[in-house]
Amino acid sequence: MKARHLIPLGIFLALTILLGVGLTLDPREVPSPFIDKPAPAFDLPQLHDTALNLTPEDMKGQVWLLNVWASWCVSCRAEHRVVTAFANTHEVNIVGLNYKDKRSDALMWLKQLGNPYVASVSDTKGRTGIDYGVYGVPETFVIDQQGIIRYKQIGPVTQQAIDETILPLILKLKGKTS
Amino acid sequence: MSRISQLFRSLTILLLLYGSASAYAGIEAHTFDDRQKEADYKELIEELRCLVCQNQNLASSNAELALDLRQQTYDMIEGGSSKGDVIDYMVTRYGDFVLYRPPFRASTLLLWVGPFIILALAILGLLKYIRGRSKAIEPEISKEDLERAERLLSQNQQD
Repeated sequence: MKARHLIPLGIFLALTILLGVGLTLDPREVPSPFIDKPAPAFDLPQLHDTALNLTPEDMKGQVWLLNVWASWCVSCRAEHRVVTAFANTHEVNIVGLNYKDKRSDALMWLKQLGNPYVASVSDTKGRTGIDYGVYGVPETFVIDQQGIIRYKQIGPVTQQAIDETILPLILKLKGKTS
Repeated sequence: MSRISQLFRSLTILLLLYGSASAYAGIEAHTFDDRQKEADYKELIEELRCLVCQNQNLASSNAELALDLRQQTYDMIEGGSSKGDVIDYMVTRYGDFVLYRPPFRASTLLLWVGPFIILALAILGLLKYIRGRSKAIEPEISKEDLERAERLLSQNQQD
């Protein structure tokens, strides 16, 4: 067989490899423009006590997580157990951003499933969500002592994501200053 | 029905389907101060991608987020922002991905130039193929064969 007869086979193999690699990538994971940028400001009422506001400034000086959730979001229910278990390790404080939710629904949801958050803030209109580039709830941001976003998890937080990415990152960020 | 008219019919149907796919979902009633703003708004929601259903633009998506982003676009345009302002606003939040026409930079170089490279390679390949073929067609006839053919032809004429 002549070498040029192998060309179609070569093209086929190259295409197969290209498409095969494509299958392993997640098109929903859009690179966030926020990594290593300051966390956008917000000043929102807390879910449990609407008279109290919370801003990212209040969290300065510590590594913290901002977890975007909603009672209508099915995947949030799925990640809730993992988030709660992680909160119970007291490695970081987790702030909830209750995204486009009804206050009564949100409170009921936390009552039923447990509340892993040091506080949740209500983003009823979803404006803060837009400021954080949220497009698929749940999303989770790791924010450092200076208020810089270091990592963004799109979709549910899994135990694997915590073990392999989030916890090592938090320990590293904590190690830097101590 | 002939094959060709059948083909045309299916093509027409396809075209109609294509047209309906890009129809507006953005049917919220917005009123604009002036025509320019309305035109800017329409152009923007055509060009900005909805991140929830990634193959739709803001104009055609029914997703909640698309609705919010259309509202945001409207508010900004009505508030006197330019198209560039709105695009900057979206890009700082959602990255270049939100643009259907990504900017030309180092990370998007392959995206912009890639098709032309492939086209150039294809043309080169085609030229090579055509040249190879015309060479192959050129008959190689030996001297004896030519003489024999001439003999036969002249014999024929004599008959």
